[in-house]
Amino acid sequence: MKKFISVALVAAMTASLAACGSSSESTDTAAETTAAAEEAETEAEAAEEDTEAEADADAEAADESSDAEGGVFVIGGTGPLTGGAALYGEAVNQGAQIAVDEINEAGGINGYQVEWIFEDDEHDAEKALNAYNTLKDQGIQMFVGTVTSGPCLAVVEETADDNMFQLTPSGTTADITANPNVFRMCFSDPAQGTKSAQYIGEHGLATKVGVIYDSSDPYSQGIYEAFDEAAPEYGIEVVAAEAFTADSKTDFKTQIQKMKDAEAELVFLPFYYTEAALVLQQSKELDYAPIFFGCDGMDGILNLENFDTSLAEGLMLLTPFSADATDDLTVNFVTKYEEAYGSTPIQFAADAYDCIYAIKLAAEEAGITPDMSVSDICDAIVPAMQQIQFDGLTGAGITFDENGEPEKEPKAVVIENGAYVSAD
Amino acid sequence: MSSFLSYLISGISLGSVYAIIALGYTMVYGIAKMLNFAHGDVIMVGGYIAFICFTELGVPPVICILAAMIGCLVLGVVIERIAYKPLRGASSLSVLITAIGVSYFLQNSALIIFGADSKTFTSLISIPSISLMGGDVIISGVTIASIIACIVIVAALMAFINKTKAGQAMLAVSEDTGAATLMGIDVNRTIALTFAIGSALAGIAGVLLCSAYPTLSSQTGAMPGIKAFTAAVFGGIGSIPGAMIGGMVMGIVENLSKAYISSQLSDAIVFALLIVILLVRPTGLMGKNIQEKV
Repeated sequence: MKKFISVALVAAMTASLAACGSSSESTDTAAETTAAAEEAETEAEAAEEDTEAEADADAEAADESSDAEGGVFVIGGTGPLTGGAALYGEAVNQGAQIAVDEINEAGGINGYQVEWIFEDDEHDAEKALNAYNTLKDQGIQMFVGTVTSGPCLAVVEETADDNMFQLTPSGTTADITANPNVFRMCFSDPAQGTKSAQYIGEHGLATKVGVIYDSSDPYSQGIYEAFDEAAPEYGIEVVAAEAFTADSKTDFKTQIQKMKDAEAELVFLPFYYTEAALVLQQSKELDYAPIFFGCDGMDGILNLENFDTSLAEGLMLLTPFSADATDDLTVNFVTKYEEAYGSTPIQFAADAYDCIYAIKLAAEEAGITPDMSVSDICDAIVPAMQQIQFDGLTGAGITFDENGEPEKEPKAVVIENGAYVSAD
Repeated sequence: MSSFLSYLISGISLGSVYAIIALGYTMVYGIAKMLNFAHGDVIMVGGYIAFICFTELGVPPVICILAAMIGCLVLGVVIERIAYKPLRGASSLSVLITAIGVSYFLQNSALIIFGADSKTFTSLISIPSISLMGGDVIISGVTIASIIACIVIVAALMAFINKTKAGQAMLAVSEDTGAATLMGIDVNRTIALTFAIGSALAGIAGVLLCSAYPTLSSQTGAMPGIKAFTAAVFGGIGSIPGAMIGGMVMGIVENLSKAYISSQLSDAIVFALLIVILLVRPTGLMGKNIQEKV
């Protein structure tokens, strides 16, 4: 009996290991594909038969690459597909995929098809590094990532060493763009804090504002500091500022009570929606109903499983994208996204979509080709990024400065009847 | 004054949840002399069982709570039989490491089965909240339920241990396993019973924890588990009233230091207090000072 049980346990453990193994298997296939593609490109004439044989072997995974004349651009991304921030990674992956499909349909970048691959980093710094290395093994030439700030900070030194062009759709921490090879599509934390204060002040939402922030997260801390600094300029008084940490992120009653005691008319919540949902719920229990205002981390709260969306009624968030906008670009994107994935895209999807188009424009400006080395591509595309200007989903006339920061106007949405509505 | 009362009540609310979790730790430690670090994760499983029963199957809350208790009870007994019983004679370090292994096993199984997105738990407690001092102080239904549950459980456990034969057997095993065996007590059965009770408590704790702080993920039990373990040590591990007092003190100190000292330092203050208590009273607040006889 004992033996039977231990055999069963071993079997269970093997099964769980096998579950992990399957993803790396697919990675291997993809790596072979890239290798095959590279070979095809360099030895096209000499080894035509060989290449064909290899292409046949990898037929399933390699159809795209074998179609292209002399290669493809491989763009990789990493972000959380599992874990608390999984919605973001998923949105980025799917938004980018739509842009890549559109570009491929329209003839690719500089005549070359584009391949998009995405690895899960579980919103974890160490796993993000592994994910980035996996992507490198698969031969990526440009990197769109990472989705969340903490992991991004862990990866930037690696990309600088490799001189890999990096464009983060939604990594907001200020330091991410410190190296010249890194650009970003979203506002940085300080910019989000400043723009939030600007928005609240200019729209006369409140004068007495309380802030709850996650002091163990550079994202949250960064926004709070910039907000606090910019607030007086826009006639806002920060009447209470309370922190929580990753170790105690379920009980917010004390912080809420302090907001209530300080008579804050608006509570600024610069952190992720998982915790924000608890703040909303506990505020209701304490019978406290100020205006709640969040940043991009709040995006996704309506998709939280089993969440009572009536709690989020009136919640505002600073976001460059709202799916109910009626311009052609947004309508086209939202329609395709809903068709492909059955859900309404959030800001992160739009950021990623714009990233791919920014790369396309800059790549065309720089005239790069897939046979260039990663480092050469980076050297060519960095100055080009500062030249381009385009109308994206997340703003009109997006430009990038020499620090890699985007320039565009802030917008906000408010939740009404369980849906995002433009607040302006 | 009213805000002080509010802070105190949130502290008691948090403390009563810690206390119920701490009871599970202290029961198992007191009798089996092992630290069951998987206890926090059994709580998480209890939360998921209640969540599925209520949200997916739509059964009434009372049945959900019972299901969570029975599910956890079975799980606790199975874990004990498979993972801990073969190590009965092994060093306490091996058992501790095994417990940590079980903890990770449960967390990762939950991750595979339920996915990593946190779920919003619908509170199973439908007791209305009480408004005091013209609405300035509000005691939520979950808080009331947690406090009542905590007191009832402590009273029931004390009665069980002191008044019943099985309880006396537990006491005997706790004091001297070898002598208990000689007196004809089935040690294995007694320890299995301890795990059954401890795990059923984990089921209740899971429901209360998730009702009070309505989020559920594979990590739900981890941090409260560690805090409650601290509470158990604080109150004197092995002591049932100690676990309750330890849990309450932890919750209140945590919330009052958040309110009046610094919301960033609250955890540091709680653990600093633990260190001070252990320096002054190495066995914890209510711990028995048992002399080793040579």
